[in-house]
Formats: sequence, C-alpha cells, structure tokens
Amino acid sequence: MTTPYDWSSDVFSEIKKRNIETVCTVPDGGLTQLLNMVKDDTDTRLVTLSTEEESMGIVTGHWLGGKRSMVAMQSSGVGNCINALGYPAVMRAPCLMIVTMRGQWGEFNPWQVQMGRSTETVLEAIGVKCFPVDKPEEVGETFAGAAGLAFNGGFSAAVLISQRIIGAKGFGKE
Amino acid sequence: MSGSNKIQRRAFVSDLLGKRDGTLVIPGLGSPTWDCFAAGDSPEYLYSWGGMGLSVPTALGLALAQPNKRILALTGDGEMMMGIGSLGVVADQAPGNLAILVLDNEHFGETGRQTGLSSNQADLCKIAEGFGIKQTMAVTEHGAVGELADFLFKAPGPVFATAKIALSDDPWMLPVKDGVAIAQRFRTALGVDET
Ligand SMILES: Cc1ncc(C[n+]2csc(CCOP(=O)(O)OP(=O)(O)O)c2C)c(N)n1
Repeated sequence: MTTPYDWSSDVFSEIKKRNIETVCTVPDGGLTQLLNMVKDDTDTRLVTLSTEEESMGIVTGHWLGGKRSMVAMQSSGVGNCINALGYPAVMRAPCLMIVTMRGQWGEFNPWQVQMGRSTETVLEAIGVKCFPVDKPEEVGETFAGAAGLAFNGGFSAAVLISQRIIGAKGFGKE
Repeated sequence: MSGSNKIQRRAFVSDLLGKRDGTLVIPGLGSPTWDCFAAGDSPEYLYSWGGMGLSVPTALGLALAQPNKRILALTGDGEMMMGIGSLGVVADQAPGNLAILVLDNEHFGETGRQTGLSSNQADLCKIAEGFGIKQTMAVTEHGAVGELADFLFKAPGPVFATAKIALSDDPWMLPVKDGVAIAQRFRTALGVDET
C-alpha cells in the first residue's frame, strides 16, 4: 500500500505563509491531520465552535481587527451557515473555508447525502466562490488560489475537498 | 416577568456608553444598534442590520485580534439565544478583554414583542456560568449603571451581564445601512487597513 499524499501539510504551509493566525472548526474526520497541525503550532489558534455559523462572526471580527482567519468544516456544516454567510459578504470581509465533502464518493451513510449534494449549489447561491478539488496533490495550490481571492478581494471562497481524496468512512463494512 | 422590568433602554445605554472609554462596541441587530446610534454616532460601533446570533462571535473574533482593546458585545435576549452556544466558545477561548451585555426585555421587541425564552424560564446569567464564564452580573435598576460600567469596561474578562429592561416604545433611530461603509469606518477608527 502506498502512503496517501499528505495534502494537509500543503494546506498548513499555506496557512503559515499567508499569516492566517486563527482556524475555526467543528471537526470532520478528513480534517484530523490538518487540525492537529494547527493545534500543535503555538502561533496558530484553533477555535472550537459549537456550530459552524459562529465562524462567520469570528472571521469578520478578526478581519475588523486586522488579522486573518479561516474556517474548516464538513459539508454538513455548510448547511448551518447559509444566513450567516451573508454577514461577512455585506461588509466585504474575507471568508475563507475549507470543506471536506461527505455524501458523494462511496458514501456509506445516507444521512449525509442530501446536504453533500447541495453543498456547492447553496454556497454558490449565497455568493461564495467554490473551488472543488479531487486530486490530493492539487489541494495546496487550490487552497492558495482561494485564499488569494478571499484576502485580496474581500470575498468568500470555499475549497471543497472531494470525498474521493479523504475516503469514505466504512463503519467496518465494504 | 418583563412587566416588572424598570430600566429604560435608551437612557441606560446612553449612560453606559458614556463611560466606555474607548471600548469598541458590537451591537446586535435591530434594537441594540438603534440604542447605540441614539446614544450618539461613533465609528467605534459596528452597527448591525442582520446576522442574528453573530454579535458575540464577532466580538470574540475582534477581541482575539485586538488583545489590547476592550470589546463589548451589546445585544438583545433573542439575538443572544440564537447564538447561545457561542458563550461556550467565549469561555473556552477566555479573552480577558471581552465583555457581553444582554439587554433583556424578555421579548422579541423588534419583530412585534413576541414573548422570548428568558421571559419565564431561561436565566441567561446561569447559562453563561454553566458554559464557564465565571464573572456575571444581573442588573435590574438604572442606578447600577456605574457599577455595571466598571464590570464591563474594566474587570478581567470574559465577563457577562444582563440588564432587565422594560418593553418601551422608542422612536426609530436608524444609522447607516451600508455594511462596507460601517466596516471600513470601524477599521479606519482602529487604524487597521489590511486584511
Ligand atoms: C435568522 C433571523 N431570524 C429572525 C429574524 C427577525 N428578527 C429581527 S430582530 C429579532 C429579534 C430581536 O430580539 P432581541 O434580540 O431580544 O431584541 P429586542 O428587539 O427585543 O431588543 C428577530 C427575531 C432575523 N433578522 N434573522
């Protein structure tokens, strides 16, 4: 078995390079490595949320105070954020998101499918530019592109990491 | 019950903000935003016309970015309830410069005075304490405004307070609506010009 490509390290090095000092999250399995890197780095703050839409306030407040932050969440969490996504947008505060997709490639759990297949549609509908990516080697550069759009233009941008990259959680079954 | 609440919100907020001494204010949508504007316009108020539930998260994000500034989230009970879990995030991050004041009229005043969850059952200070915000204060008289100001603007944070305000008929006081304009003048007042 070959070791899976380490896209988390690519994203983390972009986080450092771009002075993103805070990462807000409700975790997902696919984000574990990235979140551990954030947690272990003394200069980057991990903010654990009670629900994902809080992050739209936190990133806006952080930007008002002159600092960069971002959000990491599962595609289901996008559904919790829709109204809140209007908040950074109306102030043109950058809102950068990394979203691990569920409910698509080989999904075991049918309860994830409705939100998974609507994620990109609803994000685009509320004005978030989506950057879907399904090759692990391309996650880092895609994240860099989304970050540039968000922080340089004051836009909301989401990198959607395909379930093909993360793998479906099998709950012990094939 | 709010029928017995005595504090008049406009005079109370005006007296309180008169003592804020550079504290940046993140008012919740609607009534608390009108109260701030009625107290006298300032670029240090981030007026809000939407994003219900985001007053405390926004104040938290700002408090973490600007540790040397004092930050006040000034919101209503309905708005606070919608973002109630954010009190857990505040307790977890524990910024020493963050204060929260809920203007608790026990109703959704802005939308027609429908009864709210703090009217008969929920006690917001106990909820905040349960989340781990150790310093709380419940105010029921206008006369406590000085003590409340010391608590909100000086005590080591995070601190949480409620003021039991009356349901009142106050004239509309509508500030600028353009979010970009509100945010930019806030950032300019803070001396921030980059992301
Ligand atoms: C997500 C969402 N739901 C409902 C509303 C409608 N709304 C506007 S203000 C408000 C309630 C405000 O109540 P509270 O925070 O207690 O303030 P008050 O006016 O009573 O001082 C509501 C429900 C909204 N703007 N957004």
